Amino acid sequence: MTQLSKVLLLVSGLMLASCANTDRFASGTSSDGADGYGLGESEVIGDPAPLNEEVAEFIDMVGDRVHFAVDQSTLDPSAREILTAQADWLFGNAGYTVVIEGHADERGTQEYNLALGARRASAVQQFLIAQGIAPERLDIVTYGKERPIEICSVESCYERNRRAVTVLLAAAG
Amino acid sequence: MTRAIAQALAFSLYPLLICIPMTAAAQGPLRIEITEGVIEPLPFAAPTFIALNPNAGDLAVRITGIIAADLANTGLFREIPSQAHISTVTSFDSPVQFSDWKAINAQALVTGSVDVTPDGVLTVTFRVFDVFSERPLGQGLRLSASRASSRRLAHKIADEVYSRITGEGGYFDSRVAFISEAGPKDARRKRLAVMDYDGANVRFLTDDSTIVLAPRFSPKGDTVLYTSYETGRPGIFVIGLADGEKRALRGTPGTMTFAPRFSPDGSKVVFSLSQGGNTDIFSMSMESGALTRLTANPAIETAPSYSPDGKRIVFESDRSGTQQLYVMPADGGEASRISYGPGRYGTPVWSPRGDVIAFTKQRRGRFHIGVMRTDGSEERLLTASFLDEGPTWSPNGRVIMFTRESRGSAGVPALYSVDISGRNLRRVPVQGAASDPSWSPLLR
Repeated sequence: MTQLSKVLLLVSGLMLASCANTDRFASGTSSDGADGYGLGESEVIGDPAPLNEEVAEFIDMVGDRVHFAVDQSTLDPSAREILTAQADWLFGNAGYTVVIEGHADERGTQEYNLALGARRASAVQQFLIAQGIAPERLDIVTYGKERPIEICSVESCYERNRRAVTVLLAAAG
Repeated sequence: MTRAIAQALAFSLYPLLICIPMTAAAQGPLRIEITEGVIEPLPFAAPTFIALNPNAGDLAVRITGIIAADLANTGLFREIPSQAHISTVTSFDSPVQFSDWKAINAQALVTGSVDVTPDGVLTVTFRVFDVFSERPLGQGLRLSASRASSRRLAHKIADEVYSRITGEGGYFDSRVAFISEAGPKDARRKRLAVMDYDGANVRFLTDDSTIVLAPRFSPKGDTVLYTSYETGRPGIFVIGLADGEKRALRGTPGTMTFAPRFSPDGSKVVFSLSQGGNTDIFSMSMESGALTRLTANPAIETAPSYSPDGKRIVFESDRSGTQQLYVMPADGGEASRISYGPGRYGTPVWSPRGDVIAFTKQRRGRFHIGVMRTDGSEERLLTASFLDEGPTWSPNGRVIMFTRESRGSAGVPALYSVDISGRNLRRVPVQGAASDPSWSPLLR
């Protein structure tokens, strides 16, 4: 009973997350007409792992995200604790690769927030590498202020939007 | 006269607009010196242009309306409504009753005629008068185009009237590329779109299957750069407006690119490249794809914009600890900081006139659009709100369009424009939410 309600919560949480991230996995590229300065080597990021017990454990028990102070990309002690647990989990689940999403709140200009999101995602990536996770398992992407999870315009919402989310990817086919 | 009309018809099968001088006249004394800043708009009258055949009646009303709206929306002119007119213009060539126009204080008068042939060739003839000196202001002109181009033709006439009275280039016959938005803040759908400068003729260039950001017109106005998440990470694309064909700029594995802008000659693109968490500025040859690094700094360097002569680049960097504006040579090298006021400065854009730089400023929780001289002096803030950002210049460097987003969970972005004097703040009439405007050069 309690277990069931927990699963439902997890599922709804994941559905929200996937709604917020639909763009990341858009299929199709514009490779046609790839002459001159045509599409280069920028490979497409893979699909997120489907929800299963492992993924649910990672999100629910380990914690898939860390938060940042205004304009900062430094990892505070609580963030480092979460990321240490993420590294442990990734050691034990070697089949997963991840993409780390960097996000910013709405109180900044678009270009700066894209760069700031890249900094935050990179800070997480570097921490996980330092914990011994192979760099090739850790991709990064910035969303700037494009994908807030909270939509109100107060600090309590902003601080939840200033985040880096470690998203597990489906095993490459 | 007959020969002139024949000429107009011969050219009108092409989508080009042609101008034929009708009468020579000295430049009149009527002038708005807009560099001084105009407080009182100049009153003008534009009686409905004469329809030369029954089929031209609706067109005449529409074209006259567009011309009057273009002029009035600048804030520099005020239209005297037709109900106040004393004279009724019944023939384009009959003498102007200047006393009637003086009596209602119309300082400028625009008269015209509209003709349309059965096969859809539209011809508009117009004159501008300085009412108080009772003289024509410049030459009368005849413009011809296909009927489908009637809005453009009206904008061209308004540009001509604007130029004659202000002595500056116009900006009405131009387009704006922008991002059309839908859906709530946490699930925004974005599409690349282009429209006339006044919000008419919206055309969508992409669907909403992926995030698209920040379109930037090419100097010729034929292509648009933008940033897309098509591959899952931000990357720069270029799309042709005529054929809708899009191509990705050459990427480098493990990097993300954004904030592109063309060089003034269109041969290069300058942009931000983010690698390993660090964002620097690079340029790329459009022809060869050759990449040149312009900054090498652990700070965030982004939002580059060329000077109109192509020799310098203004950009933002947080190398001092906060976002500030810097200018460097176009091929890289030492950058000098130009912004020193309190607050943070971003998204600099060099004016097409070359003398000032527009920017976004954040201070004490508010966002402003402002301008400063290229050495950072004479900073002036033009707007203030919860979130203003991303200025773009009108082709004549007189007006700035930008994004204003309202506060809260129901917050939506909209396009606004403001005169560089800080007056005449207006919402650009676009259906639905819109952001990231990029103003085209004047169309040809």
